Amino acid sequence: MTAKILIIAEHDGSKLNPSTARCVTCACALPEAQITVVVCAAEAAAVAAQVAQLAGVGRVLTLEHPANAHALAAVQAPQVVAIAAPFTHVLGPSTTFGKDLMARVAALLDAPQVSDIMAIESPTRFRRPVYAGNAILTVEASGEGKVVGTVRTASFEAAAGGGSAPIEKAAVEVALPTHTRFVSVSAARSDRPDLQSAARVISGGRALGSAEGFKLLYSLADKLGAAVGASRAAVDAGYAPNEMQVGQTGKIIAPELYVAIGISGAIQHLTGIKDARTIVAINKDSEAPIFEVADIGLVGDLFQIVPEIERLL
Amino acid sequence: MKRILVGIKRVVDYNVRIRVKPDGSGVVTDGVKMSINPFDEIALEEALRIKERGGAEEVVVATIGPAETQQQLRTALAMGADRALHVQADGIVEPLVAARALLKLVEREQPLLVILGKQAIDDDNGQTGQVLAALWNRPQATYASKLELKDGTARVTREVDAGLETLEVDLPAVITTDLRLNEPRYVKLPDIMKAKKKPLETLTLSALGVQQRQQLKVVRFEPPPQRQKGIKVRDAAELVDALKKKGLL
Ligand SMILES: Cc1cc2nc3c(=O)[nH]c(=O)nc-3n(C[C@H](O)[C@H](O)[C@H](O)COP(=O)(O)OP(=O)(O)OC[C@H]3O[C@@H](n4cnc5c(N)ncnc54)[C@H](O)[C@@H]3O)c2cc1C
Ligand SMILES: Nc1ncnc2c1ncn2[C@@H]1O[C@H](COP(=O)(O)O)[C@@H](O)[C@H]1O
Repeated sequence: MTAKILIIAEHDGSKLNPSTARCVTCACALPEAQITVVVCAAEAAAVAAQVAQLAGVGRVLTLEHPANAHALAAVQAPQVVAIAAPFTHVLGPSTTFGKDLMARVAALLDAPQVSDIMAIESPTRFRRPVYAGNAILTVEASGEGKVVGTVRTASFEAAAGGGSAPIEKAAVEVALPTHTRFVSVSAARSDRPDLQSAARVISGGRALGSAEGFKLLYSLADKLGAAVGASRAAVDAGYAPNEMQVGQTGKIIAPELYVAIGISGAIQHLTGIKDARTIVAINKDSEAPIFEVADIGLVGDLFQIVPEIERLL
Repeated sequence: MKRILVGIKRVVDYNVRIRVKPDGSGVVTDGVKMSINPFDEIALEEALRIKERGGAEEVVVATIGPAETQQQLRTALAMGADRALHVQADGIVEPLVAARALLKLVEREQPLLVILGKQAIDDDNGQTGQVLAALWNRPQATYASKLELKDGTARVTREVDAGLETLEVDLPAVITTDLRLNEPRYVKLPDIMKAKKKPLETLTLSALGVQQRQQLKVVRFEPPPQRQKGIKVRDAAELVDALKKKGLL
């Protein structure tokens, strides 16, 4: 059976999000995968050109419409559904963009959605984490009809470049709702690497004590070319912005190096870092659960240790 | 009547250490503490605050699940919900089934707002709100961390990967909650007594005309792979050395 896969590209209007390249790798695990990526945008050319270069992509479709200037699930879903007929699988990333959109697509297709796909065993059999990663569930779809999925991006490498897929314009005749309107987005601009794709991440917890305290981490991170993350407790306390949160309800990441500083290691936090290659923990409590998963642990006061590390680099 | 409908799911309490059953058929739930899904508590809290501000007149909680789920509905009534609806259903209730049942309740109750959790912490599907919004053909605003109602619209701040996004949606609409939307109140003892007298209606999926079907069959549950226990270093210098040896610095 040939798998015909439609992937919904995530982008900000000009730049393709790395999550899309990871979806492509996931899709390649399907037998005889024929991969089409669709770019919904007001003007799609720049993003489509980036998609076309991903190895494994067979075709790029563009859906251009002024209403696609911002990714609104209620607006994109009917357009995706309108082109979905030939496909066996419809995939998007398990990011806030993909999770918001894909379930709406699944509902309109009356198809089951497999959330957070971490492995594909067959065209109908998938593995995914449940209970905050405390169990891995294998599910089997009936094989009738389509399967919609969101791809746990931390489980897949990004597809390589070097491709040159053809780009085609798609035209759909669907009424787009006006009941949902974009107002604004505020993102703290930072020159540090992106948390979700950085090779090194330094994260801080409640122990940092203040936004001021986090500056210790920023300084170390800049020396290491690392991204900075935070525990929920640190975000809730206002020490760090919400987009820095790592964990079950934050970002799921898989860096080469993860350094947890003053983080206790609650299960909801660990969910977000399970796939990190090397975990380092710095905590003054030798019994902290973070040490159960740390490859390298250091018991001590972070306010002493962190500046010392920086001096040694 | 201006009404808010809140979806409540009964789940294994978030503090419980999850254990997979040896036969791989599920996780151990015998004798395990069950609670309202934490995101649904936040959904209910938000609905109650809207009502207390005069933005709604009635808060109705609904669940689709087995008989025991009524315990969580009673807790929700004790928190302050006015009425509860229990749709009896056995087995795994997939998001599409839950959303179909919720849609039937929406048609009956005509709420101005439906508030659900962004995800249930057992199946971690994170779908039901979006599915309901699609079937209802109404707006969705997921991962809400701030919600303001004004003149038939809701202005919702959403926690997205990039930061905070604000949307304006026409009502009625479906909102799903993120953790920072509010901090749910504690239930007081007298309220638990009062809740016993509040109306709790029991329905069935078939009476609502919704088919219980499972589109994704469980093959097996497994425990996640364990990480190897690591080493301890004594000071910053040893740490830096260890990282250099691993080629990480
Ligand atoms: C539904 C749900 C979802 C959640 N999602 C997430 C999530 O996505 N991400 C997340 O992180 N959490 C999440 N949580 C919260 C989680 O349960 C924990 O409460 C949180 O991770 C704790 O953060 P923390 O480790 O920074 O704080 P704490 O648990 O307070 O730990 C602070 C640590 O710092 C150490 N310490 C203190 N002072 C020093 C010092 N001077 N030097 C060194 N060490 C020091 C202490 O020993 C302690 O171990 C969630 C909770 C729920 C209920
Ligand atoms: N069986 C159910 N009964 C009531 N509400 C539900 C049910 N399943 C899901 N929900 C609601 O939908 C949200 C998301 O659930 P899920 O899509 O399963 O992650 C939950 O937080 C609940 O608010």
